[in-house]
Amino acid sequence: MPSDFISNLFVFILAGFVGFEVIKRVSPLLHTPLMSLTNALDAIVVVAAIIIAGRHETTFTTILGVIAVAASFSNMVGGFLITDRMLRMFKMGKTTKKS
Amino acid sequence: MTALTAQQLIDLAYIAAAVLFILSLKWLSSPVTAPHGVLAGEIGATLAVGATLFNPEVVQYQWIVVALIVGAGIGIPLGMVHMTAVPQRTALSHAFGALSASMIGIAEYYVRAPQVTKFGMVEIGLEVIIGSLTFTGSIIAAGKLQEILPQRPITYRGQNIVSLSVLGIALALAGVLVVHPEYTILFPVMVGVALLFGVLLVTPIGGADMPTVISLLNSYAGLSAGLLGFVLNSKVLVVAGALDGSSGFILSVIMSKAMNRSFTNVLFGAFGQEQVAVAGKAEARPVHSATAEEAAAILAAANKVIIVPGYGMAVAQAQHKVRELYDALTKRGIDVKFGIHPVAGRMPGHMNVLLAEADIPYDKLLDMDVVNDEFPQTDVALVIGANDVTNPAARNEKGSPIYGMPILDVDKARTVMVIKRSMSPGFAGIDNPLYYMDRTLMLFGDAKGFVGDIVRELAGTHH
Repeated sequence: MPSDFISNLFVFILAGFVGFEVIKRVSPLLHTPLMSLTNALDAIVVVAAIIIAGRHETTFTTILGVIAVAASFSNMVGGFLITDRMLRMFKMGKTTKKS
Repeated sequence: MTALTAQQLIDLAYIAAAVLFILSLKWLSSPVTAPHGVLAGEIGATLAVGATLFNPEVVQYQWIVVALIVGAGIGIPLGMVHMTAVPQRTALSHAFGALSASMIGIAEYYVRAPQVTKFGMVEIGLEVIIGSLTFTGSIIAAGKLQEILPQRPITYRGQNIVSLSVLGIALALAGVLVVHPEYTILFPVMVGVALLFGVLLVTPIGGADMPTVISLLNSYAGLSAGLLGFVLNSKVLVVAGALDGSSGFILSVIMSKAMNRSFTNVLFGAFGQEQVAVAGKAEARPVHSATAEEAAAILAAANKVIIVPGYGMAVAQAQHKVRELYDALTKRGIDVKFGIHPVAGRMPGHMNVLLAEADIPYDKLLDMDVVNDEFPQTDVALVIGANDVTNPAARNEKGSPIYGMPILDVDKARTVMVIKRSMSPGFAGIDNPLYYMDRTLMLFGDAKGFVGDIVRELAGTHH
């Protein structure tokens, strides 16, 4: 078993544990923004896509890389954008407003 | 002191990004700090992307720039969709995430093949299989949510056996590739079979199960990104994948509990469970009905009102009328709150977003656990477009198909009012004893129209 695997597993387990502890505390009120935000964070795969698209192995891998960059970057941009829009809608109630 | 290499600087940027991602989710715990969370995530992502552009392996930039522009061109409109369309947008973004992870895994395979190590092939095989099935599964889910594809579950005899066999074939092909890396022709076959499995996995699922499915696909998308981190030995991907995967997993568990499904049922999917048809059982029993005028009078006399919205309210686009009702009642000094069932919308937390969009303050939106303590002291519970989640049979009828499902205890309020088109049973086809109680008034009509009528009556009797 390669040593890289062990160190990655180490990080995966610890990060999963942190994720559990942190996400468990997110109010159900914000579960939709939670999903769109984790989607945007998950779009960090764009960094791997950039390397595939930019390192020029073969035309085929460059094409795959370009598709991957576009797909993940659209998640990154769209995910942050919609999360921000949603969170702006959550307003605390004022003492009976007059209108 | 030796200077840091470019690679080490990039790695430091990735560590910073991983820390910011964790903080981002931590700050999402409350609506007050949540905007900082988005900002932290954005800074982390920008740092990571920026640093990657300086990676010495990157030698050509033109296609990266084109792809980033195309990505932004797709992402911006998808970030601007209407709040009712957020579930399908989310399903689509799971598809894009999985597509990206699969493409990278496939590219990595062809860079290495046929000299792939056995262990590397195990990682790539799993990553690409999960990514591919999540891609097609999410596309199908998005199609169902957008109502391009039929919402009804599509089932046939022996479905689970067929689906699991297809998954088995994909895994077997990956296994052959581990042992015989020279059979490179099998790789695209494996991808194709995994794509097919994604379709088979989600097609049988009905519209009502979407909150669970979308959470599960979220978890799979995270898992595929995490596995990609293993393939590429990239810790920042491992961290992001673990965070996204655990988030999706937690949401799946919450949704499955709210829908009364077992844990194994979630892991292997809420897939293809038999649709219990209890039709024919509902004999005509007497109900009490009321007009908008009567409903307005009862509401005006109340001190405490809890509104229970269901997806029917969102379908009728009644949330802005509900907001007018909320305003009209609070202006009279009546305490108005909202009781939100975890599966009230089409995805976790969806109903809260829809009501927040209609400018209803979030401190009035109460979780099931909190609001259930309040029903016994409530004068009026007003149910709008919700059915099964208010069905007391879930609490006290052992034979009922929804027995054990957590519900909103609206039947404990002094008066219950239910806005409903007709007496036809809900999505699951189960009769609701709530409607036949002496304290229940049925308000027959369209949600938007009826709420509007009540608001008009309240305005008319203002003095």
